[in-house]
Amino acid sequence: MSNSIEPKKSGIPQSVDDVSFVEVNQPGPAPLTQQARGFWVTFRSMFKKNLTVAYPDVKAPTEERFHGRHQLNRHPDGLEKCIGCELCAWACPADAIFVEGADNTPDNQMSPGERYGKVYQINYLRCVFCGLCIEACPTRALTMTNEYELADSSREKLIFEKEDLLAPLRAGMLQPPHPMYPGMNDTNYYNGDVTSAHPSQEGKQ
Amino acid sequence: MTTQESAVAVELITVVIDGFEVSVPKGTLVIRAAEKLGIQIPRFCDHPLLDPVGACRQCLVDIEINGRAFPKPQASCTIPVEPNMIVKTQLTSPVADKAQKGVMELLLGNHPLDCPVCDKGGECPLQNQAMSNGNPTARLGGVKRIFEKPINISSQVLLDRERCVLCARCTRFSEQIASDPFITLNERGALQQVGIYENDPFKSYFSGNTIQICPVGALTGASYRFRARPFDLVSTPSACEHCASGCDMRTDVRRGKTLRRLAGDDPAVNEEWNCDKGRWAFKYITSQNRLTQPLVRNGEGELVGASWPEALAAAAAGLVGKRAGVIVGGRPTVEDAYGYAKFARIALNTNDIDFRTRVTSDEEANFLASTVVGSAVQYRDIDVADHVLLVAFEPEEESPIVFLRLNKNFKKRALAVTSVATKGSIAMDKLKAKFIKVTPGNEAQAVATISLTAKSVILVGERASESVGLLSAARTLAEKTGAKIAWIPRRAGERGALEAGAFSQLLPGGRPVSDSAARVDIAAAWGVSTIPSLPGRSVRAMIDAVHSNDLDALVVGGVDIADMPQSAHAKEAFKKAFVVSLEIAHSSVTEVADVVLPVAAVTEKYGSYINWEGRPRAFAAAVADSLNRSDVRILSVLADAMGQSIMLGTVTAAAREFAQLGTWEGARASHVSVQPGTPVSVSGDQAIITSWRRLLDEGSLQMGEDNLAGTRRPTLAVISPSRAQKLGVATGDHLRISNAQGSITLPALVEEIHDDAVWLPRNSIGSNPLQTLDAVHGELVTVVKA
Ligand code: SF4
Ligand code: SF4
Ligand code: SF4
Ligand code: SF4
Ligand code: FES
Repeated sequence: MSNSIEPKKSGIPQSVDDVSFVEVNQPGPAPLTQQARGFWVTFRSMFKKNLTVAYPDVKAPTEERFHGRHQLNRHPDGLEKCIGCELCAWACPADAIFVEGADNTPDNQMSPGERYGKVYQINYLRCVFCGLCIEACPTRALTMTNEYELADSSREKLIFEKEDLLAPLRAGMLQPPHPMYPGMNDTNYYNGDVTSAHPSQEGKQ
Repeated sequence: MTTQESAVAVELITVVIDGFEVSVPKGTLVIRAAEKLGIQIPRFCDHPLLDPVGACRQCLVDIEINGRAFPKPQASCTIPVEPNMIVKTQLTSPVADKAQKGVMELLLGNHPLDCPVCDKGGECPLQNQAMSNGNPTARLGGVKRIFEKPINISSQVLLDRERCVLCARCTRFSEQIASDPFITLNERGALQQVGIYENDPFKSYFSGNTIQICPVGALTGASYRFRARPFDLVSTPSACEHCASGCDMRTDVRRGKTLRRLAGDDPAVNEEWNCDKGRWAFKYITSQNRLTQPLVRNGEGELVGASWPEALAAAAAGLVGKRAGVIVGGRPTVEDAYGYAKFARIALNTNDIDFRTRVTSDEEANFLASTVVGSAVQYRDIDVADHVLLVAFEPEEESPIVFLRLNKNFKKRALAVTSVATKGSIAMDKLKAKFIKVTPGNEAQAVATISLTAKSVILVGERASESVGLLSAARTLAEKTGAKIAWIPRRAGERGALEAGAFSQLLPGGRPVSDSAARVDIAAAWGVSTIPSLPGRSVRAMIDAVHSNDLDALVVGGVDIADMPQSAHAKEAFKKAFVVSLEIAHSSVTEVADVVLPVAAVTEKYGSYINWEGRPRAFAAAVADSLNRSDVRILSVLADAMGQSIMLGTVTAAAREFAQLGTWEGARASHVSVQPGTPVSVSGDQAIITSWRRLLDEGSLQMGEDNLAGTRRPTLAVISPSRAQKLGVATGDHLRISNAQGSITLPALVEEIHDDAVWLPRNSIGSNPLQTLDAVHGELVTVVKA
C-alpha cells in the first residue's frame, strides 16, 4: 500500500504521516445518583397511560378529514363521475396525476355526458396529499379517503390505476358501461336528480 | 404587409392612446395601433388577416377626434386611426372598462359551463379575457340557451353551438380566404348560430383553419377532441412534409405521440393558414405497420428480422462491385437527399440517381437542370404579378397554399389568372380564371399563343412532363415575354432532392454532371479523386436497365410502386434486382426488397425541405427520444460497411457540408427545346384520357385518418356536355372507361372539359388509371355508358 495520497495543488506530495491525529478525551461513567435519576424516568413511565398503539395490530382512527388515498366516486346509478377533464392533473403541484380523456359512445357510456376519463393514474411516490386536486375537481369525482397504508415494495405498485381508485359499487349501482338514466341529462346527474339505477339501464351496453 | 412596406413613403398618422403617442401608417385600425404600444384591448372577432366586422363588441374604447368625443364607446377593431385622435382604452377610461365588462357579462350569460370538457380549456381567449376583462361575479341567472351538441359540420369539424360567441371568424375565413362559403351565420338574436347549407356540406380543403382561429371551443377537430390539454403537449416548430407549398407548422406531441398539428405563422409563405392534409394527415406515422428492425431476405426467400450489423453486411455484400442505381422518391429531406446523392457518387460510383417516381420525361429532366434548379420565384412575386399563367397545374389540389395566395390576390386586386388545362375546376371558378380548354397532349400549342408581360408569372405543375413539348413551350414563352417561370412539384421533397443532387444530371448545388469543372469542384470538396462522368439514368431508364441486365441493384428510399407508371413492369424490376430499401413502414417496395433498413419518420428526425420557391424549411424532431435515424445516417454507415465512407454521420453534418458546397456559379445545363407532339385524333367512343391526383386521396401519408378521408371530393369521371348527350348520360349515371389493360367504372360528372377528353382522378378509391389502365394522359381510351 502506498503512503502517498493525491498531490495537493502546490504539487508537493503529501504523505499520510503528515496528518496529525488529535486525542479526544472521552467522559468517564456518570456518577451513580445521576444514573438512578435516569432510570427513574423510565420506571415512572411504566405507570402512565400509553400514547403509542400496537400498529399494525391496532389501528388508530384518523381525523375525519385526514388526507388519505384518493377515490374516484360514482353517481348513484354506478356511472363514473370523472369526466377526464384533467383539471386535477393541472392543479397538482407534484405532477402526480396522469389523465387521458375519451369520448363516451352509445355502446360505451362510462360517465354522464360526452367525455370520460379513459386513463387515470395517481403516482403515490409523488403525491404530497395536499388535496389541491380535490379542490380542482369540477364534478366531485375525486375525493380523498382516510386510508393511509400506502407503502409497497416497488415503484410500479405505487402508481395506482383507475381500477385501484374507483369507489366500489354500492347497492342500487350498476357496473358501467351502461346508458344514462332515461330522461336525465348530465346536468340532472350533477344536480343529484338521479338517485339509483333504473331497471332499463340493466344489461344494456 | 410586405407589399405595403416596400411601397414608397407610407403616410404616418400620430394618435394618442392612453396618453402615449404612436405613429402608424394611415388606415391602421385603432386596435392594432394600441398593440404597437403593447396595450392589449380584449377582442374576439378581430383577426389581422380577415376583414373587420365588429361582431363581438368586446373591443370597445373611448375615442375623441379633434376634441369631439364619440357619444358612446366604439369598436376599436373597425375604426382606422385619424389625425388628432385620442383613444382611451379600458386602462384609462372607466366608461370603456365598464362597457367591456358589460359585453363580457352578456357573452357569458348564455355561455355553457363546459370548460372542463371543452378542448379549448387552458388556451381559451374567452376564459382568459373573462378573467382579465370581466366581472368576477355573474348577475344573470336562469336557464342558459341549450342546443344539441356537438354537431358535425363536416367529418372532421365539430360545432358546439352553445359555445359560439358569433364572432364570424370562421365564416369570414371560409368566404374571404378559402372562398368556400359553406358555413354561414343563421337565425337571429339568441338563436343565432353557425350553420351549413343543406345541400352543400362543409367540404373545404382548408376547414381546419376555422378550428384554429375560433376564439372559443365552438369549433373543434373530431380527431383531437378530448385527447389532451394544452399543458400536456410539447410543441415543436416544424415544416409540413406533404406538399411543396412549404407550410410552417407546429407539432404538438403528448408522450411521444403526435396529437395535433397547427398552422405556423410565416407571412412570407403560408401566412397563418395551412391545408387539412397538413393539419390532420399525421397518423400514418403511428398507425401503419412500422418497421422496428432491419430485415434481410434469407435463403428460403423470406424476409426475416436481423441485427443492424447483419443487415448492413448483407446490403454491402449485395452492392459492392455491382452496377447499382438509387431511387430516392419524392419525399426526402434535403439532408437525406444529399446523403443519397453522395452515396450514389462515392459508394456506388454512378450518376444513376433520380427522385421522380412518377410520370416523367427526358424533356423534364433537361428542364429541371436548365431552368428550375437554383431559381427563386417566390410567393411575393405572385403578390406583384399582373397575370399568372397556370400550366398543367391545379393549385388547390396540388399546392393549396399557392391557391390561397392566388385567391388573396384575386380578392384584393383582381389578379388575372389564366389556366391552360384539360379540365375546368373548382379553383378556376373561385379565381375566375380564364380557362384555355385543350385536349390532353395539346397544351404546348395553347401555351405558345398566350401573351404575358415581364411582370407575369408562369406556374408550371409537375404534370407538364406528361405532355410532349409543354415544358419547352412554357420556357420559350417566359424567354419571349420576360415573365418569371416557376415549377411546382406536388411532393415536399422534390425541389430539395433536385438542389441536393439526388438527380442523374446534377451534382449538389445545381452543378451539371456534364461539366468537368463542376465535377472537379465536388470531387475536391468530397476528397475523392473523381466523380463519375457518365450521364445517369432516370427512374424509368433504371427500371428498363434492370430488365435488360444492365443494372444489378437498386437502393430505394421512400417509394410507393403504385405511383410509378407501368407499375407492374416496375415491380418486376424490383423483384429482379438486389434491392436495399430504406423505409419507415412495410410497403410495396419492402415486400420485394432483399434488405430493409428502417429509418425515422418526419416527426422523429431533424432536417429541412426546400419548397417550390427554393426556400429552406427547417424543422426539429417533435418526438425527441425516438431511436430511429434519418436516412442520411443509415446511408453513412452502409457506405462505411462497403468500405467507401461518405462521412455523414448526422443530419447536422450533412446540412453543414451541403451549405458549405454552395450553389454552382458556372453555366447551367443548356436547354434543349422539344417540339410539341402530334395531336391524337378521336373517333367513335374513344376519348383522350387526362387525370391528376387530388389533395385528399389514397395517398400513403393519409392512411389512418378517417375523419380527413370524409372530406375527400367524390370520385367521378368528367365528360363534356356534348359527349354526355351523345352517350345519353347525365351527371350521376355511370361510365365505363376502358382500354386493352382494363376498365374503370365511375359515376359521371358533366362539366367543363374538351369534347375529346375524359378526366378521372388518380389514386382514388375505385379510380387508379395508372394501375388499372396504365394510362394517365394523352392516351386513347373507350368511354361508354355503364
Ligand atoms: S393531493 Fe396534491 S400532490 Fe396529491 S395528487 Fe392531489 S394535488 Fe397532487
Ligand atoms: S370556449 Fe372557453 S370558456 Fe367556453 S367552455 Fe370552452 S374553455 Fe370554457
Ligand atoms: S364558431 Fe367560433 S369562429 Fe365561428 S362564429 Fe362561433 S365563435 Fe366565432
Ligand atoms: S399546403 Fe402543403 S405544405 Fe401546407 S399544410 Fe397543406 S400539404 Fe402541407
Ligand atoms: S374585436 Fe372588435 S368587435 Fe369584435
